[in-house]
Amino acid sequence: MFKDIIIGQYVPGNSPLHRIAPPFKIILIILYIVLLFIINKPFSYVIFTIYSAALIIISAVPLKMILKGIRPMLWILVLTAIMNLLMTPGEAVLSIPIFSWTLNITKEGIEAGCIMAVRLLYLIIGTSFLTLTTSPLQLTDGIEKLLKPLNKIKVPSHEIAMMMTIAIRFIPTLAEETDKIMKAQTARGADFETGNIIKRARAMMPLLVPLFVSAFRRADELATAMEARCYRGGTNRTKMTQSHMTLLDLKAGIIFAVAAAALILAEFWV
Amino acid sequence: MIKTENLSFIYRDTDDENGTIKEEEVLRDINLNIEKGLFTAILGHNGSGKSTLAKHFNAILLPSGGKVYIKGLDTGDENAVFDIRQSAGMVFQNPDNQIVAAVVEDEVAFAPENLGVEPKEIRRRVDECLKVVNMTKFAKSSPSKLSGGQKQRIAIASVLAMNPEILILDEPTAMLDPVGRSEVMRTIKTLNKDRGITVILITHYMDEAAEADRTIVIDSGRIVLDGAPKEVFCNVEQIKALGLDVPQVTELAYELKKLGIQISNDVLTVDECFEELVKALGGAAL
Repeated sequence: MFKDIIIGQYVPGNSPLHRIAPPFKIILIILYIVLLFIINKPFSYVIFTIYSAALIIISAVPLKMILKGIRPMLWILVLTAIMNLLMTPGEAVLSIPIFSWTLNITKEGIEAGCIMAVRLLYLIIGTSFLTLTTSPLQLTDGIEKLLKPLNKIKVPSHEIAMMMTIAIRFIPTLAEETDKIMKAQTARGADFETGNIIKRARAMMPLLVPLFVSAFRRADELATAMEARCYRGGTNRTKMTQSHMTLLDLKAGIIFAVAAAALILAEFWV
Repeated sequence: MIKTENLSFIYRDTDDENGTIKEEEVLRDINLNIEKGLFTAILGHNGSGKSTLAKHFNAILLPSGGKVYIKGLDTGDENAVFDIRQSAGMVFQNPDNQIVAAVVEDEVAFAPENLGVEPKEIRRRVDECLKVVNMTKFAKSSPSKLSGGQKQRIAIASVLAMNPEILILDEPTAMLDPVGRSEVMRTIKTLNKDRGITVILITHYMDEAAEADRTIVIDSGRIVLDGAPKEVFCNVEQIKALGLDVPQVTELAYELKKLGIQISNDVLTVDECFEELVKALGGAAL
């Protein structure tokens, strides 16, 4: 059951969006979100939608995958929209009397509700876009590079990235082990599949205990193996792959800057 | 290359329940001198102290008494620790628990990256080491997709990338299937013969020990037998008393000799045994 576990939701591909250097991509996505929160006019949102659609088309990520990312967030989206709709004061369009109190749906409320919903929607699309086009390994690499300047204020950027890499590396190993323990326990009469939630949660105990014990043993052995290969943290460490800014990154940066400028122009002067 | 002087190691375990400290002498008065370029096998059953001894060779464990010198460097010297670990690379038993990276070539690059080697040189070493263990075509794969023998060869490559002069292998084949075992043994032997790397193989497989230049048998933390595999395996009774086996052909010759047949029992391979049998039968059968 755990055989082909997929970490994150990475969709392998070779589009320009896949190939942008990970740290740079993270920065661009952050800027994309910043832009999203700067704009306010409906017209700007139309432009923003065109941009996002273009990104999705270029990336060749199936629309289904993107919608899948939205689904779990749908409730939050609807709730935020309703809250904004009901709580914003202003010019009442519709008044619903509830006992001695009137619920006003205002023009501003409708606007705010729509804007919040659209913002959240694009926020989810934007962030899942990052994980959809970047493998977890590239992502850790990007995070390490971005955190590097923070070394000065004692943020252990290398160690954080190392932990993430090891976690990614051990997911399949531990998944396989879980499967093995589960089978062993099932063979001895354990029942993981029936009963209510509490019963099933309790059935997980004999699964989790050996899993944790073995995880600690593995961690210990791995630490020894790393020490044996002269590991001593991030100081004086080199990297085999030196990523430089490529022409592609430059192009992506320019396109992004131009698109952002157009959007801001549309927002403030049109 | 490796020298130990009266090496002893005491394992201390604190008992949480009543606060007593349990002491166990795992190694006792080990005096060894292992020469450059030799393939040495260290043999012993579980708990004999063979792995503990191996961990002293690259300063993962430090002696409780006595000294260990690697290329003349004292393992107790804190400044020499990384030099020692770089020259004496170690491969462990469980392939899953020694692989750090999620991509094969990143794994091989791990050690030289730690040593601060230039990126270009790392690239060269990674390609070379993968070629030596015959895993080049898996460079971009995920280790979790490989077989046990392949993973163990990756582990060997990742140690080789430090350019060590000594390769210590702590039961590298214990968790492998027969195919994986022979792959790993072939790799080890090639490294020893073609590249002149001093190999120390910790094992409890007799047939692996029989392929070495020198076999050291350890029991209860002491060296009990030491010599060429033939000399060591001659002591069939003693080895059996230690809870170990001798290679099947050696045992056959030994049993025949006990029955009064004129046969030399210093045979290790099937071919040698065959020749001895033919000789013993006076060529009568032919």
